[in-house]
Amino acid sequence: MKRLVVAALLALGAAPAPKVDAARLLATEAAPKLSDYGLFADTQGRVPATGVTLYTLNTPLFSDYAEKFRYVWLPPGKPAAYTATGVLEFPVGAVIVKTFAYPADFRAPDKDVRLIETRLLVRRATGWVPLSYVWNAAGTDAVLQRAGVRLPVQFIDAKGTSRSLDYAVPNTNQCKQCHQQGTAATPIGPTAANMNDGAQLQRLAAAGQLTGLPATPPRLARWDDTAEPVAARARAYLEVNCGHCHSRAGFASNSGLYLQADEAMPAHQGINKRPVAAGRGSGGLNFSILPGQPDASILLHRMQSSEPGVMMPQFGRTVPHDEGVALVRAYIESLPAS
Amino acid sequence: MKTFALLLVTILATPLAARIITVAPGAGAQEALQTALIEAQPGDTVRLAAGRFALVDGVSLDVEGVIVRGAGPGKTILDFTGQKGEGEGLLITSNNVVIRDLAVENAKGNGIKSKGSDGISFVNLRVEWTGGPKATNGAYGVYPVSSKHVLIDKVYVKGASDAGIYVGQSKQIIVRNSTAEGNVAGIEIENSYDADVHHNVATGNTGGLLVSDLPDLPQQGGHTIRLFQNRIIANNHPNFAAPGNIVASVPSGTGVMVMANRDVHVFDNDIKDNAGNGVMIVAYQSKFTDKNYNPLARAIAVHGNRYAGNGGKPAFPGGAEIAGAMGGALPPVMWDGVIGYAPPTGGERAADGGVAIGDGPAFTLNLGMQGVPATSARPAPLPAATRLPPLPPRIVLPAAQEARAAR
Repeated sequence: MKRLVVAALLALGAAPAPKVDAARLLATEAAPKLSDYGLFADTQGRVPATGVTLYTLNTPLFSDYAEKFRYVWLPPGKPAAYTATGVLEFPVGAVIVKTFAYPADFRAPDKDVRLIETRLLVRRATGWVPLSYVWNAAGTDAVLQRAGVRLPVQFIDAKGTSRSLDYAVPNTNQCKQCHQQGTAATPIGPTAANMNDGAQLQRLAAAGQLTGLPATPPRLARWDDTAEPVAARARAYLEVNCGHCHSRAGFASNSGLYLQADEAMPAHQGINKRPVAAGRGSGGLNFSILPGQPDASILLHRMQSSEPGVMMPQFGRTVPHDEGVALVRAYIESLPAS
Repeated sequence: MKTFALLLVTILATPLAARIITVAPGAGAQEALQTALIEAQPGDTVRLAAGRFALVDGVSLDVEGVIVRGAGPGKTILDFTGQKGEGEGLLITSNNVVIRDLAVENAKGNGIKSKGSDGISFVNLRVEWTGGPKATNGAYGVYPVSSKHVLIDKVYVKGASDAGIYVGQSKQIIVRNSTAEGNVAGIEIENSYDADVHHNVATGNTGGLLVSDLPDLPQQGGHTIRLFQNRIIANNHPNFAAPGNIVASVPSGTGVMVMANRDVHVFDNDIKDNAGNGVMIVAYQSKFTDKNYNPLARAIAVHGNRYAGNGGKPAFPGGAEIAGAMGGALPPVMWDGVIGYAPPTGGERAADGGVAIGDGPAFTLNLGMQGVPATSARPAPLPAATRLPPLPPRIVLPAAQEARAAR
């Protein structure tokens, strides 16, 4: 009988269902290998283990065109709690997982996918801890990388153009630089608004993984949904790509430029706002956003640049995001001149 | 017993296993240095051996109470000529840190920055763009921002395309014994409270020493700043800052500029051979929408400075004409004479505290209201003040910080 079960499993190509190692996640010392946590059912990191839930965002951070796979795992019986603003309140023991990957050819995104790194945010009793694991060349496991590393990446983009770039895995301090709000690190992506695609939050609630979900939670626009207003899309894009630093409690708090989608003050949105400490990053322009004039707007200038000291974000990308630039350009064009 | 108690305290206050982590230049130095800065524990010293560290990405420290020490600013060189990423060469985001005895060269953005650090000391450093002053150089050499208890001591900065030493939105600041040369602004204190800037040399910059305040920022209303016993000599470099930034508006030839602050004292300095204004006191000139912002320079005192050779060739529009009318050279101290402004909420507000010039000679442009262009100037001599506002007290940093920085 036993043999039969094993044979059946083998026939299905499946190993016994792995279990996420909750204790390992909470241990002070980070595991040297990603596989130590048991977050994936396969060694290639493509099949999430039981209880590890894939999720998506309406508007994601641009990361040098990398494909990103996001998962969340919650300790059994400990759901996340809904919050109207900011990230959902995750319980101690929760882990948020994000894998960065490149298909060889973006016109066939499911074939020949190379995993680059898998980042974890682990909610320990003391707060969120960022960890980054870099996949080995064979793609069979990923190892802890604290100091960051640059990796050459080649791919054919969605338009069929061959591209190569110098992908940068962030170091631990860079993780914190983006994820820090005030004195504590926090996830950025999984807010109710950014996860609200009309079904995902409800699914989590139905599965007992999310409490307190209201009937109509707030919703952040999809940056790439042309059916939505340009301003909503662009401000969603700016919130996700810039707002983690450009907030009152973020790394760029001193800039006075706050790019949350719900920021009310025009000057803090960048509209007719003069540079403070941009230095040569201003590109000789006078305003962050000059309504109607994208090419006279520092914000767009810095999005288009790939030069350190000028480019924004300061790290997390090495090439400009052409589609994001086009969206923000259209948004600035649409603003009435004052 | 008391001695015993003291001893006990000393031992407890010293981390049990303060270590020295040594990093050497060469292959793998980028990762070795960043790893050391991540793995350091409070109390540790990260010692950087002599030599040139060729770095391709900015490095950062987020651990409290660490000393980063090189073998000397001529010996340990963090070379960012090949930098591919990050806005700074070296970034510090933790408290009670000392960075000392090293050089940062050719950072693509800022040289050394601290953000949100309480107790940050920059000691015996050189930050330099080695190709000389260029618009493509990084913005700031040494750049503490949103920090508290800031010490900048024996620092040399050359070639910054904005300010050599720039302290922004900080509190309790000392900048001393430092040299800023060939930058757009030599030393700039912006949106900051309680600063002593003394025994520095600012020379060959576009402007020597700047005190400014800008709207729409978390910390504004800069005040209580003393600039004294500095040598501010021949700051006549053409302005090479990117237009749009506040320092881009600094006319070449400016010794000291004070803008939109209160309780600023400029005294006992040697201010020489600056072709424009020895000392310029002005309001913020642009339109603003921040209802909490005060654009005026107020309660400013200038006294006991030694002037020579200033004002012979002012670069700002109309400067030559004013100089001509005043006998060929500008008097060393100029005030724009802005005494009121119209806040965005409506009405008018007057300056709370005047401008008192105890030395001089001085003159005013008599512009009256904020926003009136300099072309409307009605220059007139400004009589010497008979009474000066009281001198703010000396800035005293925590003794422990001074002691750590002195080691």
